[in-house]
Amino acid sequence: MQFKLTEERQMLQDGLRRYLADSTDHEKIAAATDGATGLDHALWDGLAEMGLPGAMFTEDQGGFGGEGFDIMTVAEELGRAGLPTPLIDSALLSGTVLAETRPELTQDLVAGKIVGFAHAEPGARYDLAHVATRAEKTAEGWTLTGNKAIVQFALAADGFVVSARTSGATDAKEGISLFLVPHEHVTLRDYPLNGGGRAAEMTLDATLPEDALLGEAGAAYALIETAHARAIAGQCAEALGLMETIKDLTVDYLRQRRQFGQPIGKFQALQHRMADVLIEIEQARSAVINLCGNLDTPERDLHVSAAKNLIGRVARQVVEESIQMHGGIGMTMEYALGHFAKRLSMVDHRFGDADTHLERFIHLSQSAA
Amino acid sequence: MNLGYTEEQKAFRDEVRAFLNDNLPKRLSDKVAGGKRLTKADYEEWHAILNARGWLGVNWPTQYGGTGWDAVQRHIFEEETTAAHAPRIVPFGVAMLGPVLMAFGSDAQKAHYLPRILNGEDWWCQGYSEPGAGSDLANVQTTAVRDGDDYIVNGQKTWTTLGQHADWIFCLVRTSKEGKRQEGISFLLIDMKTPGIEVRPIVLIDGEPEVNEVWFKDVRVPAANLVGEENKGWTYAKYLLTHERTNIAGVGFARAGLASLKRIAGSQSHNGKPLIQNPFFAAKVAQVEIDLMAMATTNLRTIAAAASGQAPGAESSMLKVKGTVIRQQINALAKQAVGPYAAPFVSELLDEGTNVDPVGPAEAMPATQAYFNNRKLSIYGGSNEVQRAIISKAILEL
Ligand SMILES: Cc1cc2nc3c(=O)[nH]c(=O)nc-3n(C[C@H](O)[C@H](O)[C@H](O)COP(=O)(O)OP(=O)(O)OC[C@H]3O[C@@H](n4cnc5c(N)ncnc54)[C@H](O)[C@@H]3O)c2cc1C
Repeated sequence: MQFKLTEERQMLQDGLRRYLADSTDHEKIAAATDGATGLDHALWDGLAEMGLPGAMFTEDQGGFGGEGFDIMTVAEELGRAGLPTPLIDSALLSGTVLAETRPELTQDLVAGKIVGFAHAEPGARYDLAHVATRAEKTAEGWTLTGNKAIVQFALAADGFVVSARTSGATDAKEGISLFLVPHEHVTLRDYPLNGGGRAAEMTLDATLPEDALLGEAGAAYALIETAHARAIAGQCAEALGLMETIKDLTVDYLRQRRQFGQPIGKFQALQHRMADVLIEIEQARSAVINLCGNLDTPERDLHVSAAKNLIGRVARQVVEESIQMHGGIGMTMEYALGHFAKRLSMVDHRFGDADTHLERFIHLSQSAA
Repeated sequence: MNLGYTEEQKAFRDEVRAFLNDNLPKRLSDKVAGGKRLTKADYEEWHAILNARGWLGVNWPTQYGGTGWDAVQRHIFEEETTAAHAPRIVPFGVAMLGPVLMAFGSDAQKAHYLPRILNGEDWWCQGYSEPGAGSDLANVQTTAVRDGDDYIVNGQKTWTTLGQHADWIFCLVRTSKEGKRQEGISFLLIDMKTPGIEVRPIVLIDGEPEVNEVWFKDVRVPAANLVGEENKGWTYAKYLLTHERTNIAGVGFARAGLASLKRIAGSQSHNGKPLIQNPFFAAKVAQVEIDLMAMATTNLRTIAAAASGQAPGAESSMLKVKGTVIRQQINALAKQAVGPYAAPFVSELLDEGTNVDPVGPAEAMPATQAYFNNRKLSIYGGSNEVQRAIISKAILEL
């Protein structure tokens, strides 16, 4: 049993924490969100130099990590800083697919190139098998037609990994294929997101060469699921980092804010609730550790759903309690909490909410028994 | 025990319904139902429509141009207007200041200000809170120093809702630093156009500039604008807070919110079926509906007690806590229901007649913003922690 980070991970964590603390804050994040792509490109390049996408890949893939705890180390720091980045989309979703199907391309991802991930669709909600976008084989290659939803950092991406159906019914796991689509082949409607960063609705009406297909036609579902398991590990670790910062902000505030002649942190009504928040954040940390330690075991999916359910529940508690204990100041976008709380609140709206994963957990644990 | 309305009350309800049917502009109810941004002019338009019927002074006696309604009638009016998606009545003049002036204002103040509240000449805002005086309201530090026929006001108010629209602000100011803190506070009416006042809007987590900071630098206010006696402002403020707490349960808002939640959950599809048929989600909706059914009766019990002459005391604290928690739960479920499309935030969509298409379902963004905005319900009007403290002291005698 060993719950300490390895020396390398500890160094990466310390370095990232210092660098992010010096380079970003909620006002800069808001400014980037209002900017063209939603991304602070200089900061992203700096992070790439520090090896941030690189830690998501194994040495064979051109990186220096690739394990669950590498994901946890990096994503938690991004969460602590509240920083929206394409890490989950480019390195964990597209990266997992490309490492499997086009290993020669992962070098570029390690260097910071952004490849977006366009899988979810407007009516899919959280169903990974729901793909209505069609891919038709033609004499020259493929034509893709359809719509993709909330593609994160789409305007910052050079290209996209796109799912499309080559056969089967809209909700079938069989018949889904993946394609590499250059930026100029898609139409985007971009917008800012609650919690920072930008995304876009994507319309596809593209003619692509034969080699745009990634892997085997019709057999991509398992790979999509694996990519999502890694993305959820990243997302849950990011949520954990957000929770840690929110906890620190709130504890500081309870110490500083005085009403009725004393710090509000002296009121037992608030002390007990803050203690509960602390207990739940420790639970969240353990759930993320469980998931990151099982990303490559047969228990993976059970832990994906366990972590996503628990993080979803704790996130809501942390968001609501932290705002409440701040009073009016917690309601504003001027103070950092507003950004962090909104960002944490959005975690339950991507890759399945707490209920969806509760249902999946029940299904998985009952079929395992 | 009789849970139903009397024939008279039913007739009144039908009258309100018919009025709303004939007079509530569809433009306004569409905006409210669609979660659009309401402008100052929208509120003023609705106030004028109600005033033309004599129904703006909901909680006012007839001698001042009010309705003279009892607690049950006010409750029915509230239920019907929220169900019809009418804009809310801006509370600061009508619900808050009006009753204070009637109880403590001079004849001249009543004659001047009360009609102007009803006819829309003056938009009021509430200047109680300060950076250092939130839950601990008696800590107000904004000073008013007597200088001949004037007071000179210096200090800062904050969280002033819709202060950017206001013509006037009613303020708690410190006129004495002697004795108990509560005994040095006065209640002063200040014209927002007076030199030395600066207003700065604050954007809240739903993206809207709903509240403001208001600074006073050597602001000259005629002493005639003092309400009641100097250093008695705390008593008037307390009186006002009990009025702020009528209808605090927000049953009408909760019902409208629940109906909207069910519509959203019926139109969202989850694994090929409407979300509302998903047992996990349906259970949560049912739970909050059960809570609301009981809450509505708790509310009516309090109203019946008030109608029979018992002053609402700590009971209103119970209604505040439970009522706000239920509304916040409904908001949280609506946000959950819209799924991934809770994320996009396109501010222009809140404008009337926008030609920007919604991203995803049209109800997604309003549902999400309402969740963020309504975190305020448990903070303002006396936070839920403060209400629980009142309950444990006044009812439980702990
Ligand atoms: C959207 C919005 C609109 C508002 N509009 C107006 C307005 O128009 N005019 C106006 O005057 N004010 C307005 N307010 C201010 C509101 O009344 C205050 O926010 C409220 O009184 C709480 O004060 P505070 O924000 O300073 O929080 P604080 O009083 O600092 O409270 C912080 C936290 O400590 C808790 N706490 C405080 N004391 C105790 C205690 N003794 N025991 C246990 N817990 C305690 C609180 O419950 C809260 O959780 C508005 C507020 C908001 C959010």
